[in-house]
Amino acid sequence: MGIASLVARRIAVSLPLMVGLTLVVFLVSHLLPGDPVAAHLGQRSMEHPEIVAAFRAQWGLDQPLHVQYLTFLRNLLRGDLGVSIKTKEPVLEDLARHFPASVELAVAAVLISAAVGIPLGVLAAVGRNRWVDHVARAVSLVGVSAPVFWLALVGLYVLYLRLGWLPGPGRLDVGMPEPPRVTGLLTVDALLANDMAAFRSALAHLVLPALVLGSATTGLITRMTRSSMLDVLGSDYIRTARAKGLGERVVLFHHALRNALVPTVTVLGLSLADIMSGAVLTETIFSWPGVGRYAFGAAISLDFPAILGVTLLVAAVFTLANLAVDVAYLVLDPRQRAWG
Amino acid sequence: MPLPAADAHAGPPAAPQAEALPLAGAVRASTAGRLLRRNALTVAGAAVVAGWVAAAVAAPWVTPYPPLQQNLRERLRPPDARHFMGTDELGRDIFSRVIYGARISLPVGAVVVASSTAIGTVLGSVAGYWGGLWDAVLMRLTDLVMAFPPIILAMAVAAALGPGIQHAALALVVVAWPSYARVMRGLVLSVKSQEYVLAARAVGAGEGRILLRTVLPNCLGPAVVMATLDLGRAILIFSGLSFLGLGAVPPAPEWGAMVAGGINAFDQWWVSGFPGLAILSVVLAFNFLGDGLRDALDPRLRGAP
Repeated sequence: MGIASLVARRIAVSLPLMVGLTLVVFLVSHLLPGDPVAAHLGQRSMEHPEIVAAFRAQWGLDQPLHVQYLTFLRNLLRGDLGVSIKTKEPVLEDLARHFPASVELAVAAVLISAAVGIPLGVLAAVGRNRWVDHVARAVSLVGVSAPVFWLALVGLYVLYLRLGWLPGPGRLDVGMPEPPRVTGLLTVDALLANDMAAFRSALAHLVLPALVLGSATTGLITRMTRSSMLDVLGSDYIRTARAKGLGERVVLFHHALRNALVPTVTVLGLSLADIMSGAVLTETIFSWPGVGRYAFGAAISLDFPAILGVTLLVAAVFTLANLAVDVAYLVLDPRQRAWG
Repeated sequence: MPLPAADAHAGPPAAPQAEALPLAGAVRASTAGRLLRRNALTVAGAAVVAGWVAAAVAAPWVTPYPPLQQNLRERLRPPDARHFMGTDELGRDIFSRVIYGARISLPVGAVVVASSTAIGTVLGSVAGYWGGLWDAVLMRLTDLVMAFPPIILAMAVAAALGPGIQHAALALVVVAWPSYARVMRGLVLSVKSQEYVLAARAVGAGEGRILLRTVLPNCLGPAVVMATLDLGRAILIFSGLSFLGLGAVPPAPEWGAMVAGGINAFDQWWVSGFPGLAILSVVLAFNFLGDGLRDALDPRLRGAP
């Protein structure tokens, strides 16, 4: 299957799902007992019916449900996600402001978990049942089982407060001006502005949150790489490669790893769900101005336009990640290209 | 369905495909060794879970202080002989609170997993067994709920209902049931076409009887494994909600909320350190137990990591 038709098919499948998502958020927002009006007007204002009515009219909450929904869909098609009830800003702008910080953090988390998980998994498979294997198993189990918010606190306590190896919360050192905004990724922007001090600071601030956020993914990748590497190492073509006298290093990295990485790539794509969930907690603890913290603020104040915006954004990211996984399959495994 | 004991590894030996060893005898010895070690982890997991259950039941008798008793003169004391895990910012004994925390987290995990399993089993078996329109409608619904980022959905539901243990548990059920529905549907579909189901139909059993007495019992094994692995996950997410202030409300000795309380006492590592360790130990134990049960109940998966 060509890449173009794959992309087209993916988008065709995910569009109805997105419309469904908008409908669900919409219905949930009206089925739940929580009242956004009460959440946004103070106690005093709630005692005046005319203020409540004006508020409802201003936000269109006095219209029948299906009218509200159709209005919303029409606006959505024009790229208008509505106005956040909490920040009073267009949701699209809010998301655009918060998204780059999350992207930077998520990319760093994925990179770190791949950089730790894949070598650890390979070492565990090669040194099966020896101490490397046990270390790898311990890392992967603790990574999957430890609460992210607790790991974050432990990391801050040990690496920041006690040892001083890494900086504390935030994206830059206190008082340091942000580099001129181009991409919103501070590391990239700092490089573009040729500001090495800001780059070092941004990079250092990225390490701990990314390590914490990637902990579960690191565990999964270690596990997956180990088991798929073991599978591959037991196969005939590896025996052939060894039999014809190739060095162990060539066999491992040239023959085995490429095939063993196929399931690992799947795990990487799927673990985006974990990373998105973890981002809410991680960003809250590290005062990271990303979508996770925005989502938390939106959820606790029942800001449904914002919740819907975040949901659509995350769904779109999922779709793209799945697409990326499928494309990676095509690249890694030539057999897939032959299929219909 | 009776669960096989943890020593039920006596089934056919795992396919030694993953082994690169040339000698059959060595392969067999290594497989046995692996199963034994796997077994030890399962037993350890079961022991830790049993220990926590016992602690939860016996909490009033094994804790030195009431979990809510404050003693401002002794606040933020490091661990010593009188306060085994130190005290928190209100002088409450952390050990007592951690033990009492099991009375919140374990039941929440159990209720959430039991409810989602029940909902998922009903919807999944209806979709899988009757198929057609039922299947289409139920599975699209499942897809929809699964398309939501779980923590955001849980946060929104918990926030809308207001903080509280029951509300957080309800939010977790809303998030968790679809994966059970999907797995049960798959299991029912695969069991439905087995010959013994055909045999049951041939001897004149009714549809409801076939589903309840013939199909469902054969789907329960994998569902039990999934539920066990999910117990840890449920406890983990619940503690996350509580950490954010959307689960248990402050005076309650809930682990996630206790970790959150420790943020203000950063230098006193024991305030959030021990509750976090409690969460880690419970979740690890359920993961060990679930892995072991999977090996025992589903020999096909034994080669899996």
